[in-house]
Amino acid sequence: MMLEIRNITKKFGGIVAINDTSFNINKNEIFGLIGPNGAGKTTMFNIITGNYKPTSGKVFLDGKDITNKKNYKIVREGIARTFQNIRLFSSMSVLDNILIGFDNSIKYTYLESIFRFPRYFSQEKKTKEKAYEIMEFLGIEKFANELASSLSYGNQRKVEIARAMATNPKILLLDEPAAGMNPNETKQLAHLLFDIRDKFDITILLIEHDMKFVNHLCDKVLVLDYGKTIFEGKIEDAIQDEEVIKAYLGDFKHA
Amino acid sequence: MDFITLLQQLVNGISLGSMYALIAIGYTMVYGVLRLINFAHADIMMVGAFAAYYAADSLGFSLSFAFLFAVVVSVIVGILTDKIAYKPLRQAPRISLLITAIGVSFFLENLVNVTFGGTPKSFSVPEFFEQIINIKGAILTPTVIIVPIITILLLLVLLFILFKTKYGIAIRALAFDVKTVSLMGVDSNKIIMIVFILGSSLAGVSGLFWAISYPILTPYMGVMIGLKAFAAAVLGGIGSVTGAVLGGFILGFTEVVFVAFYPEMGGYKDAIAFVFLIFVLLFKPTGIMGINFEKSRF
Amino acid sequence: MNKNFIIYLTLAILFVLISPYLFDDYGVRILNNIFIFLILAASYNLINGVTGQFSLEPNGFVAIGAYVTALCLLSEDLKWDLFQLEDPAPWVLALNTSLVPALLLSGVVATIVAVFLAAPVFRVRGDYLAIVTLGFGFIIKVFAINSPEITNGSIGLNEIPSLINIYWTGGIAIITVLVMLNIVYSKYGRAMKAVRDDEDAASAIGINTFKIKTMAFGTSAFFEGVGGGLLAILLTTISPDLFTFFLTFQLLIIIVLGGLGSMTGTIIGTVLVIGGSEWLRFLDGPMNIFGIQTEAHPGLRMVIFSVILILVMLFAREGIMGKKELSTILRKKFKKGKDDVRD
Repeated sequence: MMLEIRNITKKFGGIVAINDTSFNINKNEIFGLIGPNGAGKTTMFNIITGNYKPTSGKVFLDGKDITNKKNYKIVREGIARTFQNIRLFSSMSVLDNILIGFDNSIKYTYLESIFRFPRYFSQEKKTKEKAYEIMEFLGIEKFANELASSLSYGNQRKVEIARAMATNPKILLLDEPAAGMNPNETKQLAHLLFDIRDKFDITILLIEHDMKFVNHLCDKVLVLDYGKTIFEGKIEDAIQDEEVIKAYLGDFKHA
Repeated sequence: MDFITLLQQLVNGISLGSMYALIAIGYTMVYGVLRLINFAHADIMMVGAFAAYYAADSLGFSLSFAFLFAVVVSVIVGILTDKIAYKPLRQAPRISLLITAIGVSFFLENLVNVTFGGTPKSFSVPEFFEQIINIKGAILTPTVIIVPIITILLLLVLLFILFKTKYGIAIRALAFDVKTVSLMGVDSNKIIMIVFILGSSLAGVSGLFWAISYPILTPYMGVMIGLKAFAAAVLGGIGSVTGAVLGGFILGFTEVVFVAFYPEMGGYKDAIAFVFLIFVLLFKPTGIMGINFEKSRF
Repeated sequence: MNKNFIIYLTLAILFVLISPYLFDDYGVRILNNIFIFLILAASYNLINGVTGQFSLEPNGFVAIGAYVTALCLLSEDLKWDLFQLEDPAPWVLALNTSLVPALLLSGVVATIVAVFLAAPVFRVRGDYLAIVTLGFGFIIKVFAINSPEITNGSIGLNEIPSLINIYWTGGIAIITVLVMLNIVYSKYGRAMKAVRDDEDAASAIGINTFKIKTMAFGTSAFFEGVGGGLLAILLTTISPDLFTFFLTFQLLIIIVLGGLGSMTGTIIGTVLVIGGSEWLRFLDGPMNIFGIQTEAHPGLRMVIFSVILILVMLFAREGIMGKKELSTILRKKFKKGKDDVRD
C-alpha cells in the first residue's frame, strides 16, 4: 500500500469540507479522485501534501505517518504535486524550473557554491544531465533555455510534470492535468502518464473532470460528494452506481 | 507610585495612545482591503499637522477652521495618493506597490521640507488647551482629556459606518475577497477610495491633536509615529479597527509609564513599539483581536 | 567558466588598478563612493531583487558594520581620548584588530543580528519585513545614542585610521559582485528566485522557504556590514545620524532603476544614481532657469529622487535590465548552444 488515507476529516470553521474519508492506493496504481465541484478533492490533495492539517485522521505514505509534517518536508518523503492552474516559476527557464525540483538531491553547501568548489561543478553537471533525461523523455528538451512562461499550455503542463518528477517522488499528485486540453492532447497525456508510471516505477493520484480521460487512465476511482466518499472501486462500476449518478446528475452520459 | 500619579500617567498615556490609534486605524483598513502597508499614511498625519499650522499661522484661521482645513487637506492628499500611485498598480506584484508607497512617503516628507524649510515649526496652541487642571493632585490639561474622548467618539462613528452602512459592509467584504466582491457588482475602486478618505481624515485629526499636544513640527515627524502606529495596529490585530485602537492605547500607555518608572532609560522609549512588534510576530501574529486573513493559497 | 565572463572580470580588475591614474582626487572620491554603494546595492539586491522579499534593512546593518570596524581599529589610547560622555566599556577597550578581521567581524555581527531579526518575520510570511527593518534602522540609532560607553553617544567616533584606498573599495566591490553571482547561479539562487516567483509553489516542490529567505537576508547583512566598515574608514568619522533612511532609499532607487534581481542592472544603477546624485546637487542650491533666478531649496534633490522612483514603478517597473543580465542579452544575440546556460 503506497498511500493510506485513514478517517480524514477537515473542517474550516463550521464548514465540513471532508467528512471521515478513507481510501488506499496501491503501488503503481493510477487512482482517480473525482466528484462534482466543491466536493473536497483539492482539499484532500492539500491535506496529503501537507498544506492543510486535517482536523482528524491520518495519512500514511509507504507505511510512514506523514500526517502533520510540513509541506516541503513531505516532498522529501516522496510526494510531488502539480497545480490546477500551472504554477511554474515565471522568471526562469524551463531547465531551471526542472533543476529546482532536483535541488534537494544536489549536494553542495552554500559556501561551496560561493567559492566554487569542485563539488559545485560535478553536482551541477550531473544534475543537468538528469534534467535533460527527463526533458527528452517528455519531448521538451528543445525548450530548455526558453522562459518557462513562453511555452504553449500543453508544454507548460509537461514542464510542471517534469519538475515534479525531478523530486524523485514515490507518488505523483496531479490536479486536473487535462484541464484546457483538446481530445488529442488528452490522449497523448494519458499515454505519457502510463509511460511515466512504468519507467519511473511510481504511483499516480489525480483529480479530474474529464471522464473519458479518467476511464482510459485510472485503475480505480474514488468519488467524493460534499466531502464524503460515495463510491470507491473500478470506474466501470462507478458509472453504474446510483449514488454516483445522482451526484453528477447525468455527467456520465459523456463518458 | 501612588494612585493619583498613576491615574495621571494613565490619562497622558491614553491621550498619546489616541493619536497612535487614529493613525493605526488607517493602516489597518488599507492593509485589510489592499494588503498594502501604506508607508505614506503617517506622512498624511504630518501633512495634516502642517496644514493646521499653515492655516493658523499664515492664513490666520481660528482653530476650528484650521481643524477643518487640516482634515480636508489630509483627505485630498490621501485620495490623490491612491489615484496616482496605488490604483495603477492594483494588478502589479506586491513588492511594486510597497516600493511605490515608500516613494510617496519620501516625496511627501521632502515636499513639505522644501516648502516649509527644515527648521522645526512651532504651532501656536490656543491658551485654552494649555491650562492646568488639578483633579485631586493629578495634573492634567484639557488636551489629554479631550483627545481620548474625541477619539473614542470617532471610533464609534467608524464602527457604525463599518457595520451598519452598505459602504461599510462592502469594505469589510472587500477585506476578505476582492474578486467575489467585484463579481457582485461592487465598484472596488470606489470602496477603496472611501477607505482612504476615512483613514486619511482620521490621520488628519491625529495631526491636529499632535500639533496641540507636542507643538514642534518637523517634516519627518511622521516616520517614527507611523512605525509606532503600525506596531500598534499589529498588536491589536491587523485588519481590526477596534484592535488598532486597543493597540494604540496600550502602546501609548506603556510608553508613558515606562518613562515615568525608568526616567534614566527614557531614550529607549521609542524601542517599545518595536519590541511589541517582534513579540507579537513571535507569539501571536494575529494580534489581540486575532483576525486571520489567510485563505487558501493552494 | 564562461569566456565572456572572464573578459569582464579582467577588464574590471584592470579598471580598478589604473583608476587612480585616470581620475583626479575628486574623481577618485566619487569612484570610492560608487564602489562602496556597489557593495551595498549588490547585497541589497539579493534579498529584495533575487528573493523578492521587500526589506529596508541596509542603513541599520551599515551602521552596525561602521561602528564595529571603528571600534576595532581605534587604539585603546585613542578610545580614552575620544569617549567623552562616559568611560568606554572594558570590552570596548580590549577590542583591537587589524583591518581585515575588523571588516570580517563587521560582517559577522551584522549577520547574527540579521538572523535574529528576520526569523520571527519570515515565520509569518514576510509581509512585515519592510516595517520591521525600517524600525530596526531607527532602533540602531536609538541604541547608538543611548549607549555612550559603547558608541560615545551622539558625539560619535572620529580619527578612525585611514587604512584603505581605491584598491580596497574596488577590490571588495568586485569580490562582492562575484559572490552574488556565484550565489545566484547555484541551487541556492534558483531557490531564492523560486521563492520570489511563487513562494507557495516553491514550498510545494520541496524548498524550505524560511531557510532560504533567512540565508538571503543574512548574506545581504554580511556585505552591508562590511560596506559599513569600509565607509567608516573612508569617512574617518561616524555618528548615529549618519546612517539614515536616505541611504536605504538611495539603494532602493539603484536596484529598482537597474532592474530588481539583475546584477548588471545594479552596476548600471549604481553608476547612474551616485553619479547622477553628484550632478543633481545643483538642484539644492540657487538656480538659473531660463534667466530666472531661484532661491536655494535644499531638499529639492530628494523630491526629484522620490518622483523618479514613483515614475519608474508606474511606467518602467522592470527597470533598465529587468531580471536579465548582460550575458543573457548578448547570448540571445549570438545564439549560443545548450552548453551555455547562464540565464
